[in-house]
Amino acid sequence: MGIENGLSQTFEITGNDFSKAGSISTTVKEILQEIGIDSSVIRRAAIASYEAEMNVVMYADKGQLILTVTPEKFTISVEDEGQGIENIELAMQEGYSTATEEMREMGFGAGMGLPNIKKNSDEFEIASIPGKGTSLKMTFNLDTKKEK
Amino acid sequence: MNHYFHSLRIDEGKCDGRMKCMKACPTQAIRVRKGKALILEDRCIDCGECITVCPNSAIIPLTDPFGELAKFRHTVAIPSPALYAQFGREILPDKILAGLKQLGFDDAFDLAQTCGEVSFAIQEYLREYKGPKPLISNMCPTIVRLVQVKYPDLIDLIIPIDTPREIAARDIKRKKSNLFGLKEHKIGTFYLTPCPVKMISIKQPAEKGKSHLDGAISISDIYGLLLSAMEDIKKVSYRKALESICILGIGWAMVGGVCRTLRLKNSLAVSGLPEVLKVFNDIERGRLRNIDFVEAYSCAQGCVGGSLTIENLYISYNKILKLIETLEFEKIKACPDIREVRKLYAQNYFFIKGKVEPRPLKPLAPDLATAIQKRKEKEKIYETLPKIDCGACGSPTCLTFAEDVVLGEAKLTDCIFNLAQKFRGLREESCPAVDKSAPLNPAGSNPSKKRKKGKVKK
Repeated sequence: MGIENGLSQTFEITGNDFSKAGSISTTVKEILQEIGIDSSVIRRAAIASYEAEMNVVMYADKGQLILTVTPEKFTISVEDEGQGIENIELAMQEGYSTATEEMREMGFGAGMGLPNIKKNSDEFEIASIPGKGTSLKMTFNLDTKKEK
Repeated sequence: MNHYFHSLRIDEGKCDGRMKCMKACPTQAIRVRKGKALILEDRCIDCGECITVCPNSAIIPLTDPFGELAKFRHTVAIPSPALYAQFGREILPDKILAGLKQLGFDDAFDLAQTCGEVSFAIQEYLREYKGPKPLISNMCPTIVRLVQVKYPDLIDLIIPIDTPREIAARDIKRKKSNLFGLKEHKIGTFYLTPCPVKMISIKQPAEKGKSHLDGAISISDIYGLLLSAMEDIKKVSYRKALESICILGIGWAMVGGVCRTLRLKNSLAVSGLPEVLKVFNDIERGRLRNIDFVEAYSCAQGCVGGSLTIENLYISYNKILKLIETLEFEKIKACPDIREVRKLYAQNYFFIKGKVEPRPLKPLAPDLATAIQKRKEKEKIYETLPKIDCGACGSPTCLTFAEDVVLGEAKLTDCIFNLAQKFRGLREESCPAVDKSAPLNPAGSNPSKKRKKGKVKK
């Protein structure tokens, strides 16, 4: 089914704005609840979208989160303009982090962000250009119930 | 659709539609229709915020009248430890319990003892628990309902240990029926409650078929009677009275009491719904995985802040805190024997029967495709609204109004700004010259024109 039958909503994320961090993933969760998505899928999406949102807040100047929902699946794409990732393979390893001391003090930067996003989504794509930015796309399937 | 029992009723005679309740409701469960407040049952979590803010006392908490006692052969009062915080510093639990017997209960049970046992049981459970974290406390029924309705994905985190009031009532019924040779239903167990939501947890428990309690009597209803009943009671020495208090249990009256008395290092205590929402959002995002236990209460400061209490909640909070400090200082430990508790724990004595099921809000439509369309429609409507959440339409926010319109519960013209715009359109058509004399835009919807007067340079 094409996008014309689906819902698509875009949210702007501001880099370094820790005070609002997390509000977009909360809105995403509320939208999914209103549509009637199964709560176990919402739980995974809430964690993944929060991690992705926080990555933009921590490492980029600005970014966008785009939620697209069709009756078969929904995707959350996050694109940012920022430092990008030098070595994606390394960044995908659990425990690897480039977070600063301050971020760690705040409880972030445990090196679980990207691995968590991958673990919680059904499909996961990542691309990055160092110095330019990163884009993530996570897909959650809805048609077959207990796929994950 | 299930029918949910609620502990609140709106007295239509008293309600004059002032919308204070609608604005205060943390789950947007109130609408004002035709000038009267209306509670949407599936959204209500019985927190009682609306009772507190209603200037006309038009929202009535449903608790049992004192007269219910006559239905039973033997009656036992089980006061919430919050009752102990309602009186002056000299009045300790032993006197309060004696006062309750004066009032006409056949017995009065010190729930703090059971709270102490359950504290140990929680400690045992946390020790062996290996699943996802943090676990969430269940002593506040509003919190359990909040999880069911707004955080159904967190439902498995609710601790499966039963509440002290239920465990105590079950035990009392069993023991008393053996003692007196009476059937269990002839023994009336009454919880003296600081809030209306405990009533629902009795009439419609979140997790199991039937509560062991027979009713709940409001602390505010019994307060005056109890105060005079205590006048005739002989004074016991202060020290002696202290010695009967279970330090682990007394803390259940206030937020942080359980975590503090158990000395749980890796736990959080949070009270007041807006604060609880913040913490639950963080749990949902996976940010609190390193925390073992979250003690959460819907009322500010915990049960002492319940809407059916009398004393100012900061004073009563302080009273419990001071009591705990005194007991710590005096090294008084009138607590249940942990070995006994461990034995009972191994026999599953503390575990809840049945499971708490999620109760997610009804989606916009039963099937995904329609629900998606409705959600799109809702967003579209929302974009046309002034977004000032004035509430004049009878829905608490512009967003909920958009949803009500999509669901057919409200009409777009219920929005006075929308109506004004339509009206202006009509007027412009018939008489375009008078356009400027009518500032029908909502205040704030076009701030650049009004607010910056004098500062704007052209």
